[in-house]
Amino acid sequence: MTALRPDLAIIAANVARGTRVLDIGCGDGALMAALRDARGVDARGLELDPANVAAAVARGLSVMQGDADVDLVDYPAGAFDYAILSQTLQTTRRPDLVLDQLVRIGRRAFVSFPNFAHWRVRLSLLWGGRMPVTRLLPLQWYETPNIHHVTIDDFRALVAARGLAVEGSWFLSGDSLTSAAAANFRAEHAVFLLSRPD
Amino acid sequence: MSDDARFGLSRQLRLPGPFPLDGGTSLGEIEIAYETHGRLNAAGNNAVLICHALTGDQHVASPHPRTGKPGWWTRMVGPGKPVDPERHLIICANVLGSCMGSTGPASLDPATGTPYAMRFPVITIRDMVRAQAALLDHLGIARLRAVVGGSMGGMQALSWAATYPARVEAAVVIASAARHSAQNIAFHEVGRQAVMADPRWRGGDYYASGDPPTAGLAVARMAAHITYLSEAGLTEKFGRRLQGRPDKPGGAKSFGFDADFQVESYLRHQGLSFTDRFDANSYLYITRALDYFDLAEDHGGRLADAFRGSAARFCLISFDTDWLYPTAESRAIAHALNAAGAAVSCVELSSPFGHDAFLLDAPEMNRIVDGFLRAGE
Repeated sequence: MTALRPDLAIIAANVARGTRVLDIGCGDGALMAALRDARGVDARGLELDPANVAAAVARGLSVMQGDADVDLVDYPAGAFDYAILSQTLQTTRRPDLVLDQLVRIGRRAFVSFPNFAHWRVRLSLLWGGRMPVTRLLPLQWYETPNIHHVTIDDFRALVAARGLAVEGSWFLSGDSLTSAAAANFRAEHAVFLLSRPD
Repeated sequence: MSDDARFGLSRQLRLPGPFPLDGGTSLGEIEIAYETHGRLNAAGNNAVLICHALTGDQHVASPHPRTGKPGWWTRMVGPGKPVDPERHLIICANVLGSCMGSTGPASLDPATGTPYAMRFPVITIRDMVRAQAALLDHLGIARLRAVVGGSMGGMQALSWAATYPARVEAAVVIASAARHSAQNIAFHEVGRQAVMADPRWRGGDYYASGDPPTAGLAVARMAAHITYLSEAGLTEKFGRRLQGRPDKPGGAKSFGFDADFQVESYLRHQGLSFTDRFDANSYLYITRALDYFDLAEDHGGRLADAFRGSAARFCLISFDTDWLYPTAESRAIAHALNAAGAAVSCVELSSPFGHDAFLLDAPEMNRIVDGFLRAGE
C-alpha cells in the first residue's frame, strides 16, 4: 500500500479505533481503506467522480456517488463518529453550509484544506500579480476546482462564528508538521478537528 | 457433488403446493426451472443467485434452447467474470409466471388439465422471490453470498434482502428501482392493451388454437424496447437513415407505411423475434407484477424500514441515459439504506445505451461488481 497523503495520515492517526466514519470527497478510498485495515473503522464514503467511486467500491468500500453541496442533507444527524472533509472544502459552493452538515452528521469533524495565506501564495500575488500555481494549488485559475480559497485565519473565524470547538489542529509545511505559531503565514496545509459543543 | 442431480443445467424442481401468494390465493403444485454453474463449497457459503429481468430466463450463462444465442449475461457470469463458477455456486431460476419452464399462465392447471391462461393468479415480485427461496431450500442453501440482478432482477434482489434478511449477505441492484413509477406503469399498460387488442388473444385462451397473439405481443415488445434505449443511442445507431432495398441500396422513401426507416425495421425485428420465444400471457402477468412492486408500501411507506432487519451490504449501479429506471430511483434506495444504517455503495455510470446498458459491455460495472463481491469473500 502506498503511503497516505500527509493530511490523511494525520487524520488516520487521530481517528479512534472501531468508530464509524463518513469520508466526504473520499477519492479512490485510500483513507477509508487505511482506516478499515489499520483501525477497524466502519468507513463510508461520498464521492463525486464515478471513476473514483468505482475504484473505491472495487476495494470493497461502501461509497455513495454524490455531491457534498447537495447530498449531505440526506444523512441522519449523529450517524457517524467522525465526518471527514479533506481537501474538498474549497471546492464546495457553500463551505459554511457544508461545515454545518459535517458537525450535524458526525459528532466530530476533520477538515483539511490548502492555506491560501501561505507565504509562497502571498509572494506570487504580491510580486507576480498572478494567481498562484503552487505544489498544493497546482492548477491555473481557470481550471482549478477550488472556487472558495480559504486561509487558516478565515477558517478559524468561520469556526468561531459557527460556535464550533477546535479539538485539534495540525499544520503542514512541505510534508512535515510545523508549529501553530504563524501558521497562517508558514503552513501550506491545515487539518482541524472540530466538534459541536453540546 | 457432480453426481448430485439437483445441480447443473436444465433442472426443474417440482414443489407440492399449496404455494400461498401475495394476492391472497395460492397455487397448487408449482415447477421452477433453473440452472446452476460451479460448485457449492464445503462451508456452503459461496452461492450467488442471479435474478433475471422481465423477459429473461434461467439461461444466464448457457445458450438459449430456442434462439441458440449465448446466455443473457455472459459478460457478468462465467469463468474469470465477476460472478465466477470457479469461486461461486451460481443459481439462476426462471421466475414464477414466466414461460421457460417455471409455472406460468401457459402451464396446465392440475385442476382442469388445461392451460391456466387468465385463470392464473396475479403474482408479485415477492411471490417470485418466495419461489426462489423454496428452490434454495431444495438445494440446501441457507444463505446467499450475494443476490445479483438488473432491472426486474434488481427488484428481486431488493425484495430478497427485505423478505429474507438473514439469508442475504450482499445485494447487487443494477438499473432498478424500489417501486414502479406512474410512467413505468403507463408503458406497461400500452403493451398489455396491445396484446389484449389482438383478436387472436381470445381472452387469453389461445393455446389450443396454435395461433397466439403474436401481432399484439410484437407491438408490446416494440413499445417496451424503446424504453430500454436512449435517444442518443438510437440516433447514433439509426439516425434518420433509410432502409436499403434490393434496387436502392441507399434506401428510398416509399411514401407509404413500409418500414422505410432503419429504426422501424429494427423495432419490427425486435418485436417479431420476441414472439418466437415468449408467451403473451406471461408478458401480461410479469408486467403486472412489476407494476404492483412498491417495496416501501409494506412498511408504511418508509423504504428504510424495509431494510431494518438486514445486515447485507448493498451495491447500487445506475446508468445516466436510463430513463426507465433513472439514477434518482437508485439514489432513493441508497438514502433509505443509509437511513437504515446499511453498508451501501451507489454509483451512476455513463453509457449511451440507456436501460439496456446493464446487459451490454460495461467494464466499469464489471469492475465494481467484482470488487464488491470479492470484498465479502
